[in-house]
Amino acid sequence: MGYKAKFRVWRGEGGEGRLEDFTVEVNEGEVVLDVIHRLQATQTPDLAVRWNCKAGKCGSCSMEINGKPRLGCMTRMSTFEEDETITVTPLRTFPVIKDLVTDVSFNYQKAREVPSFTPPADVKPGEYRMQQIDVERSQEFRKCIECFMCQNVCHVIRDHEENKPNFSGPRYFIRIAELDMHPYDVADRKEPAQDEHGLGYCNITKCCTEVCPEHIKITDNAIIPMKERVVDRKYDPLVWLGSKIFKRQR
Amino acid sequence: MTQTTAESAVRKQRAQIRVRTLRTDRWWLAPVLTFAGLFLFLIYGFWAMFDLSMLAGSYIAPFSSPCLAAATCPEGARLFGFAPFGDWYKLPPGLLILAFPGGFRFTCYYYRKSYYRSWWMSPPACSVAEPHSKYTGESRLPLILQNVHRYFFYVAAIIGLILTYDAVLSFRDADGNWGHVGLGTVILVVNAVLVLCYTFGCHSCRHITAGRLNHFSRHPLRYKAWTLVSKLNARHQQFAWASMVSIVVADLYVRLVAKGVINFPFA
Amino acid sequence: MERHEYDVVVIGAGGAGLRAAIEARQQGKRTAIVCKSLFGKAHTVMAEGGAAAAMGNVNPNDNWMVHFRDTMRGGKFLNNWRMAELHAKEAPDRVWELEAWGALFDRTKDGKISQRNFGGHEYPRLAHVGDRTGLEMIRTLQQRVVALQQEDEKLHGDPEAYIKVFAECTITRLLKEGDAIAGAFGYWRETGDFVVFDAPAVVLATGGIGKSFVVTSNSWEYTGDGHALAMLAGANLINMEFIQFHPTGMVWPPSVRGILVTESVRGDGGVLRNSEGRRFMFDYIPDVFKDKYATTEEEADRWYDDQAGNRRPPELLPRDEVARAINSEVKAGRGSPQGGVFLDVSTRLPAAEITRRLPSMHHQFKELADVDITKEPMQVGPTCHYVMGGVEVDADTGAASVPGLFAAGEVSGGMHGSNRLGGNSLSDLLVFGRRAGAGAAAYIDGLARRPAAAAGLVEEARAEALAPLERTGGENPYEVHHELQRTMNDLVGIIRKSEEIGEALQVIEKLKERAKNTASAGSRIYNPGWHLAIDLRNMLLVSEAVAKAALLREESRGGHTRDDYPGMSPEWRRKLLRVTLTPDESGVNVEERVQPSMRSDLISLFERGELEKYLTEEELAEYDAAVKES
Repeated sequence: MGYKAKFRVWRGEGGEGRLEDFTVEVNEGEVVLDVIHRLQATQTPDLAVRWNCKAGKCGSCSMEINGKPRLGCMTRMSTFEEDETITVTPLRTFPVIKDLVTDVSFNYQKAREVPSFTPPADVKPGEYRMQQIDVERSQEFRKCIECFMCQNVCHVIRDHEENKPNFSGPRYFIRIAELDMHPYDVADRKEPAQDEHGLGYCNITKCCTEVCPEHIKITDNAIIPMKERVVDRKYDPLVWLGSKIFKRQR
Repeated sequence: MTQTTAESAVRKQRAQIRVRTLRTDRWWLAPVLTFAGLFLFLIYGFWAMFDLSMLAGSYIAPFSSPCLAAATCPEGARLFGFAPFGDWYKLPPGLLILAFPGGFRFTCYYYRKSYYRSWWMSPPACSVAEPHSKYTGESRLPLILQNVHRYFFYVAAIIGLILTYDAVLSFRDADGNWGHVGLGTVILVVNAVLVLCYTFGCHSCRHITAGRLNHFSRHPLRYKAWTLVSKLNARHQQFAWASMVSIVVADLYVRLVAKGVINFPFA
Repeated sequence: MERHEYDVVVIGAGGAGLRAAIEARQQGKRTAIVCKSLFGKAHTVMAEGGAAAAMGNVNPNDNWMVHFRDTMRGGKFLNNWRMAELHAKEAPDRVWELEAWGALFDRTKDGKISQRNFGGHEYPRLAHVGDRTGLEMIRTLQQRVVALQQEDEKLHGDPEAYIKVFAECTITRLLKEGDAIAGAFGYWRETGDFVVFDAPAVVLATGGIGKSFVVTSNSWEYTGDGHALAMLAGANLINMEFIQFHPTGMVWPPSVRGILVTESVRGDGGVLRNSEGRRFMFDYIPDVFKDKYATTEEEADRWYDDQAGNRRPPELLPRDEVARAINSEVKAGRGSPQGGVFLDVSTRLPAAEITRRLPSMHHQFKELADVDITKEPMQVGPTCHYVMGGVEVDADTGAASVPGLFAAGEVSGGMHGSNRLGGNSLSDLLVFGRRAGAGAAAYIDGLARRPAAAAGLVEEARAEALAPLERTGGENPYEVHHELQRTMNDLVGIIRKSEEIGEALQVIEKLKERAKNTASAGSRIYNPGWHLAIDLRNMLLVSEAVAKAALLREESRGGHTRDDYPGMSPEWRRKLLRVTLTPDESGVNVEERVQPSMRSDLISLFERGELEKYLTEEELAEYDAAVKES
C-alpha cells in the first residue's frame, strides 16, 4: 500500500529560495496536501502551507504541482507514478511570504474595485422575485471558491507584472458578469469592464477555465458574453443606432 | 487588501524560479498540432482560391460557392441563377467568398485561442511563460478589431445557408433531375451540417439570441434558441475542427471529380 | 508593538463574525474583523444544506411557532428558549436581507426563495443554493463588507476607515481592565509579529472545537479559541458535553475521513442501508418520534412526492438519532467494508437529477474517493461536526458575563440545547451575529469611559506566545495534538462511559504537562508548528471542559450518549452544566445550574402529550396552570 515518494518543495522566504528534495511516505488514498502535512509533522515542522477545509471548498491550498496550478487537497497521489519526482512550488504570480504561502492581497484589492450589487432603490428585502432560469447564469459564477488559480495562471499578469494595475483578472470578470447578468442589478458594468478592469487584455486563451477547480466555464460563460455586451455598448454601430431609434433603455 | 498596516520585514517578491515552466507533461504537443492543422488549412485554401474546376455535375466546391461573377463561373453555378458581379470581375472567384468565412473563423473566439496559443505563443500553454516582453492583448489596435466578429457571423450565417442550398441541389444529377445520391451528395450534406453547427454555435450568435438579456423568463422563445445555441457552443472547438476538415474534404472531392481524377460510378 | 484602536473587535470572519461586524459598522462603530485565515475562507463555506427560516415559501403552513417547536424538540428541550424564539422569529428577515445584498438562492416556481426538507424540520424550510449554501452566505457577507468599505471610501476617502479585516491574524488573549474587556492580543501568522487591539467590546465568533477529535468535518481553525479565550477572560461555558456527530461523514479514503456528506442527500431521497441491504433506520425510530416518521418503506417513499399525506422517512430523524443508529449497525457487524454504512442515492434518482441537486457531493466523491454517486452508493459514518455548548450569553444581546464580551454562532451556547437541527446553524449565525453586533454597539454607547488594558497583560501574553519558540528539544506539538485527538475520539466520542471519560481526563492532565514543554523549530514567519503549539492550550482547556461535563451528566440526551445511563431523565433536563476556569488557569471546574423554565406562552405551543416525555411532574403542573390561564 504505502510507498516512499520523491518530493521537491520550494522553500524560502520573500522570494529567495530553492527547491529542496524530500523522501516521504505516502499511503493509499492520499492527496498532495496530506504528504505536505506529513512533511510538517515528521521532517520540517515550519514548512508553511495555507489550507483550511481539505475538501476543495475553501480554495486555500492553491499551489503549483509539477508546474500546474492545483488545489493540494484535490490532487490525488494516485495520479502520479510512484517513481515520479513531484515538484511543488508556490503560486508564481504573487509575492511569496514563505514556502508555499503567497501574498494574495492583489485579489482583495481588485475585489474592492468592483462596485457592489446595486438593486433598484424601491425593492425591499423579501420582495425579490426571480425565476430560476434568470439566476442560473450568475449562480454558476458564485460557485467560485476564490482559490485565485485563474488569477495565477492568467498570462496577462503572470508573465507581465506591469499589467497588474490595469487588469482585474478572470476572478473579477466572473464577478462583473455575475452582477451584469443579475436580474435586479442596475449599475452600468459594461464600459467599466473594458475601460477600468481590462477585459480587452484577455485574449481568451482559456487557461483560467482549464485550472478552475469548480469547473466554472469562465471564458465561455463570463468573459466572452461580457466581451459581447461591451461590443453592444462600445463597438457595434447597429446596436447604437437601434437604441437611438427604438429608444430602448440602455 | 487586508494587511496594509502590518509592516512586514520580509521583502515581497515572487518565487524566483528561473525556468520557463515546471510542467512535466507534453504541453507543447497541442500547440504544435494546432499550428500544423491551421497551416495546412491555409495552404489548401490558398490553392483552392485559384483553382477553377469548382463544378462537377450538380456539385459545387464549397470554397467557390456561391459563384458571384459570370466570367469565372459556368452556367448553373450562380447564386440562385444570378451573377451579381456580372462580367467585369476577373479576379479569382474564391477571393470574393473566402474573405467572409475566413474572417469569421479568424475572429472566432475559438480560433483566436488556437492561434494566439500556437502561432503567437501568448501563451503556448497554461503556466508556460510566453516569449514576449510586452502584452496588451485585445485592448488596442489592431486586435481590438476582433470585436467585429458578429458582423462576420451575419455573413457566415448566409454562407452557411448557401452551402445548405448547395447540398440540397446535390440531390440532382448532372442533367438537373432530382433523386440523385452519390458519395459527393453525402459529403456535401455532412459538410453543410457541420458548418451550420459551427456557425450557429458561435459566441456572437449565442449573445444575439438571448445572451444579452437579463430576463430569460420574459422571452421564452429566445431563451429556447439560446439553450440550443449554448449546446452547440459547448462543442464549438470540436465543430470548428470538424467543419474545417469537412470543408477541405468536400472542396477537394468536388474539384477532383471535376478534374476527372475521381470517376467511379457513385461519385 | 503594532497597536490599533477600535470600538469593536470581532474575532472570527465566518457567518456570525461578519454579520456582527456589519451590524456594528452599520451602527457607526469602528470595527475590526480579525481572522486566522484569509478573508472569505471561514469554515462557514463548508455548510451545505441551507439556512432554516420559516418563510413559508414552499409550504404556507410554516411559521415561526412551528420552527420554534422543531428547534426545541431537536434540542430535547434543553435549549435556551428565548434564543430559540428569537431565532425562529428573525431568521426570515435575515435571509431576505442577504438577498438584498446579492445572494442568489434557488427559486420556487413563483420566483421566491426555494426551501428544502431537512432532518427534524416539519416543513421544507431551508433556503439553499444547490449544496453550497454556506459558500453563498460567506461570499454575500464578504461582499457586503466590501460594499460598506466602498461606501466609506466615498465618504471618508479611506475604505478601511470604519471596517477593516485583519486576515491571518490569531488572537491569543483578551485584555481587560478590572472586570471589563479592554482589547485583545494576537500575532500575525504571516510575520509572527505581535499586535494589540484596544477596544471596549470584543465579539467572539470563532466557531467550534472539532480539531480536538480525529474524525471531524471541521478544519484546522476549529481549535476552540473562542471557548478558551472566554474562559480565560472569566466568562462561563454551558452545555459543553453536547457534541454533534454528523451521521454522514466520508469514511474512505483515510485522508478525507470525516469530511461531510450533506444531509440533503437524504432530504432528496438518499437512503441508508447496511451490508445486508436493509434500510435499517426503520429499526431505530425512538418513541418520542414514533408518530412523526414512516414505519414502512412504501410510506417513506411516498413522502418525497406527497409530504402532506405521509410521514417522513426515518433517514430524516435528527442527527443524533441517525448517528447512533449507524454506530450500532457498524458495531453489530453490518457495516460497509471500510467501516461505515451505505448511503445510496444512485438507485433513487436519475443521474442528471443527482448532478443537478447535489453537484458538490458528486464532485467531492468523484475527486476524492473516485466514487461516482450516480452509479454506486457512498460509504458514510459519523463524524464530529458541531459543538452545541459554548459561551453562556444573554439571548437578546449576545453579551457574556464579562462586560464588553459578546459571542455569536457556534462559540455561543444554549440556542441548540442538546442537539442542533441541520440548517439551524446558518440562520443562527445571522440572527445572533446581528444581535451580538448590535449588543456590542449598545454597550459602547452606554460606557462612560473606555477601559484601558491593565499594564503588564500585554507583556505576559507576549511571553506566553513566544515560549514554544524559545524552548529547544521539547515535545513535538504535532504528536501532542494527535494524541489528544485520538483520546477525545475514542474515549469521549459518540458513545461515552464513566471509566473511559475518567481515563481521558487522566490523559488530558498528562498532555497538559507535555504541552507546556512543546518546542517549535524555525522562525516566527508563517510557522505552522509554532501556531499549533499555541493552539494546544485552547484545545486542551476545551477538551477538559467537554470531558468533565460529560462525566457529570448521568443521562443520554442529544449529542451526549452515556452507555451507562442510556435513558433521558426529566430531572437532568432542568440542569445546565456550567464550566469555569480554575483560579490558577490550570484547568476547569463544572457546576450544576438550574435551567430556567419556558415562558408560559411558549410552552403552551406544545401538546401535553409531547411534554410528558421530557418534563418533570412539577413542570407539567406549571404547564397545566399556564394553559388554564390562557
